Amino acid sequence: MNWYAVRAIYRFEMARARRTLLQSVVSPVLTTCLYFVVFGAAIGSRITEVEGVSYGAFIVPGLIMLMLLTQSVSNASFAIFMPRFSGTVYEVLSAPISHYEIVLGYVGAAATKSVILGLIVLATANLFVPLEIQHPVWMMLFLILTACTFSLLGFIIGIWADNFEKLQFVPLLIITPLAFLGGTFYSINMLPPVWQTITLLNPVVYLISGFRWSFYGMADVNVALSLAMILLFLGGCLTLVWWIFKTGYRLKA
Amino acid sequence: MSSSSLAAPRATRRGDDTCVPATDTRSAQAVVRVTGLSKRYDDGFQALKDVDLEIRRGEIFALLGPNGAGKTTLISMICGLVNLGAGQVTVDGHDVVRDFRAARACIGLVPQELHTDAFETVWSTVSFSRGLFGKPPNPAHIERVLRDLTLWGKRNNRLLSLSGGMKRRVMIAKALAHEPSILFLDEPTAGVDVELRREMWELVRALRDNGVTIILTTHYIEEAEEMADRVGVINGGEIILVDEKTELMRKLGRKQLTLHLQEPLDTVPASLSAYSLELAGDGHELVYSYDAATDSTGIAELLTDLKAADIRFRDLHTEQSSLEDIFVSLVRESR
Ligand SMILES: Nc1ncnc2c1ncn2[C@@H]1O[C@H](COP(=O)(O)OP(=O)(O)O)[C@@H](O)[C@H]1O
Ligand SMILES: [Mg+2]
Repeated sequence: MNWYAVRAIYRFEMARARRTLLQSVVSPVLTTCLYFVVFGAAIGSRITEVEGVSYGAFIVPGLIMLMLLTQSVSNASFAIFMPRFSGTVYEVLSAPISHYEIVLGYVGAAATKSVILGLIVLATANLFVPLEIQHPVWMMLFLILTACTFSLLGFIIGIWADNFEKLQFVPLLIITPLAFLGGTFYSINMLPPVWQTITLLNPVVYLISGFRWSFYGMADVNVALSLAMILLFLGGCLTLVWWIFKTGYRLKA
Repeated sequence: MSSSSLAAPRATRRGDDTCVPATDTRSAQAVVRVTGLSKRYDDGFQALKDVDLEIRRGEIFALLGPNGAGKTTLISMICGLVNLGAGQVTVDGHDVVRDFRAARACIGLVPQELHTDAFETVWSTVSFSRGLFGKPPNPAHIERVLRDLTLWGKRNNRLLSLSGGMKRRVMIAKALAHEPSILFLDEPTAGVDVELRREMWELVRALRDNGVTIILTTHYIEEAEEMADRVGVINGGEIILVDEKTELMRKLGRKQLTLHLQEPLDTVPASLSAYSLELAGDGHELVYSYDAATDSTGIAELLTDLKAADIRFRDLHTEQSSLEDIFVSLVRESR
């Protein structure tokens, strides 16, 4: 194991985030906080509780997930897209470092940043709405697993994309809509029956449901199913990454 | 650039990520061994055709060839940037695919293009390279490298603030950060001003003097002439010649004396068989090749013997074949 290399990549990525603090931390945290100020405080006061939880508190887990997904994907995709775009990736490819170490460095850093963002938003939300976390260990587990999975997905997108448009395409046109429709702002039970079924095709539903369960003990789908879905996702992304490196897809001619 | 300390100290620590020769006695001479290497790019273009090549430990090897010859492709395959098609490459006895860690730990690569992280500082980007190659931090070594490349004063500058020449030095510093024993320089002086080119040559010599094997590509003949111990000529994806430079220089040093005869000859008379003579121009020209580097060219004797054989000539002239001529004719032949 080339730990020095993993550390070098990890630190490089963390330094990049520090350099662009406004964009990498302040902006996503502010955006998310605006959501729960506007939806939670302003609109939430008109909406009754959802299954015993105030609306403002109800949307917090979903909003954190929303941010976690988009930030993980955009962060990790950018991290590997930029070196490819600028050509500096030559150095990583020529170094005595295995594929898994490369992934560990880039994805590890992206996931770390996402988890930190998630915790900052959580702390901020706590100032506005009364939060309770019934299962803190599970909460952290969901947070970390989701951050890792979607950072991996971002990494894959960053390798697949051969221009900036494609790089933006997936986060903007797939992740965000799925996250919005994944039950951030409502419980699935509030939907008409047909939509309840259709919604179950949306993988984000399972993530948000599981994450919300760790807060309030209520879930749209079984928690075990949520966990299984995340692990399935994680496995799928790992397989794709394995294939990418095996074939040198978009990395080596 | 001072020539003091760019050495790659022989590795002492054993381990995957350290540059240690495999205990393969055959590799004692050849530090890089390329066998039957071919490459067909995805678009069907055959960039390398069955290349065999051996680089000796401690030499400066110049890979000389016109643009598009396959120089970068060959280097990229050795260094892991391009998938191998057919063939095998070993570095210090380590297969570059199976045993990529050990192989790559020995190698420093300075690519042809200037690829830099604009927002990084010189110091951080060079330190990053060292880490990437699995070496523990060693600020003293980084400092040495930066000083040797006259980058020390710029160590806290961001790369985007540097000139092209400075960026190229940074690329070299990055390649030397992990104390490689083999350094690849892909067209190190293309588009570089005369002064930096001189410095680059000095640096390369200093590295070689410290035991680093250098492989550089170039399409400047003068560069190969100036720098290399051995020269490999590549064209159209094929290595068409590998030779000691002094050997090439000897060929280069060959001069030709052309005698324009009054009467054409059918054959070179037997009495002149001691000389390396050829007939040209339908027998109207007698061409004598001789080694200009030696003291006795044999011209005086030849002229005497010609007179004895009663061969008269109207005119004569001499010409010197340059490496350029050799190169051009080699490249033409191989088409
Ligand atoms: N990724 C690639 N895909 C297809 N063809 C390529 C690729 N890279 C290089 N080539 C072609 O291979 C040939 C050799 O290129 P290269 O190795 O860069 O030559 P050199 O470095 O000697 O100038 C060129 O004709 C080039 O167009
Ligand atoms: Mg080239």
